[in-house]
Amino acid sequence: MSSEEKRIRVLIAKPGLDGHDRGAKVVARALRDAGMEVIYTGLRQTPEMIAEAALEEDVDVVGLSILSGAHMTLLPRTVELLRRMGMDDVLVVAGGIIPDEDVPALQAAGISRVFGPGTPTEEIIAYIREAVSARRPS
Amino acid sequence: MTGTPSSPLSALAERVLRGERRALAQAISCLEAGEAAGRELLALLYPHGGRAHTIGVTGAPGTGKSTLVSALARGYRRRGLTVGIVAVDPSSPFTGGALLGDRVRMRDLSGDPGVFIRSMATRGALGGLARTAGDVVLALDAAGYERIFVETVGAGQDEVEVATLAHTVVIVEAPGLGDEVQVLKAGLLETGHILVVNKADRDGAEQTVAALQAMLDLTGGAHGVVDHHGVRMSVGEAPADDSVGDGWRPPVLATIATEGRGVEEVLDAIEAHRAHAASAAGRDRHFAEAQLARALDEALRRLLAEHLDPAAYEEAVQAVLSRSADPYTAAARLVDLLRPGNDR
Ligand SMILES: Nc1nc2c(ncn2[C@@H]2O[C@H](COP(=O)(O)OP(=O)(O)OP(=O)(O)O)[C@@H](O)[C@H]2O)c(=O)[nH]1
Ligand SMILES: [Mg+2]
Repeated sequence: MSSEEKRIRVLIAKPGLDGHDRGAKVVARALRDAGMEVIYTGLRQTPEMIAEAALEEDVDVVGLSILSGAHMTLLPRTVELLRRMGMDDVLVVAGGIIPDEDVPALQAAGISRVFGPGTPTEEIIAYIREAVSARRPS
Repeated sequence: MTGTPSSPLSALAERVLRGERRALAQAISCLEAGEAAGRELLALLYPHGGRAHTIGVTGAPGTGKSTLVSALARGYRRRGLTVGIVAVDPSSPFTGGALLGDRVRMRDLSGDPGVFIRSMATRGALGGLARTAGDVVLALDAAGYERIFVETVGAGQDEVEVATLAHTVVIVEAPGLGDEVQVLKAGLLETGHILVVNKADRDGAEQTVAALQAMLDLTGGAHGVVDHHGVRMSVGEAPADDSVGDGWRPPVLATIATEGRGVEEVLDAIEAHRAHAASAAGRDRHFAEAQLARALDEALRRLLAEHLDPAAYEEAVQAVLSRSADPYTAAARLVDLLRPGNDR
């Protein structure tokens, strides 16, 4: 039953004050359909809430979806909290509306990958699978 | 790999017992995987459990279980008690994936170190929901959480299984769903200790309360002691009090979970049932037996998986396929091979 043990757990969260979560839900469902366990926490999450949920749920991946423009503060802050809580190996990815010029700074802050609007969900799934298996001790 | 004081697992167990949240989260993952390490960890935690009161909350999809659990948890926090929550949702039987959304309704609890929430997929788990959820409950119990909620969707077998791991079972209904009928069908009335009609701000709440009261009157209101649901074998003699009612009449309470209305009454009812059940002789024995039966069940499956000769198994499949043996006879032959001294 080692396939059960290896099941990928993902937290999908929406930091900030975005008014809707359609995109996040589409991704959440796609990851579920790809066989992952997806914990969905809904709108208006603070970095503290997200880090706490990631800790309690012992996830492999935190996916942050953000449209509001506050990504340069909220995303690095979330990563910082995760690391401070000892979640050093959790993979953090982001999606939503994030200008290209901000991506290098976010990556430097610990966001492994930024997916732009309209990224095919297959691409997200493939990236997560690969990155998680590279991080797991085999 | 044994539980010597220096092993990583006993270090993990010690951190759980000290109340470290990250360690607890990792321990739960280890238990959920259901492998040898999980069993070893369980053995280390088990002596420290047995203090928490476990509350199963079940009912049809969307009746407001998560919202209610969140409100009840806040109520317990006001009363100075710490709270663990296990929110269970089904896995897809096809992909094994799951979308666990109960936390959406529990955001009010975030930031409180006296609350620990864990979402869980059923994973079509070996030994069923009760085994894995029971292990998670044990970890929360050992970590010192005083009241533990287990939320399950009452859509099949799970809500009945929850009765083997919850001391108090709360059934959540909502008005106008025709749920009265569902309750009867699933035999939920026999497993529920407290019946809640949530969404009492909606039309038809009084009728639903009245309908549930009427049904309780029909059954005489005497409530059975938690049965050995999910236990597939019966060994030795059942305790004498097995079949008699325990004299608990389930209260029917109306709530508006979104506004916190009726929540104190539900908490009082849970605590009243806790006091009532704690005095019922044989209750702890029931739980011990249910736990043992689940563990036995799993151990036997494992034994089978480890020792079943693949060639003999294939032979049995072919025999059933060609109808030269019926499935029961073929299975009995396979089991015979496992008996000591039968190396065929
Ligand atoms: N009007 C009203 N709506 C409520 C009440 N309690 C919960 N709700 C709403 O009902 C919907 C479902 O609530 P949940 O708490 O997610 O219900 P649930 O039973 O946990 O749902 P599942 O876990 O999906 O089965 C949400 O939109 C809640 O806001 C209530 O007392 N009154
Ligand atoms: Mg729910």
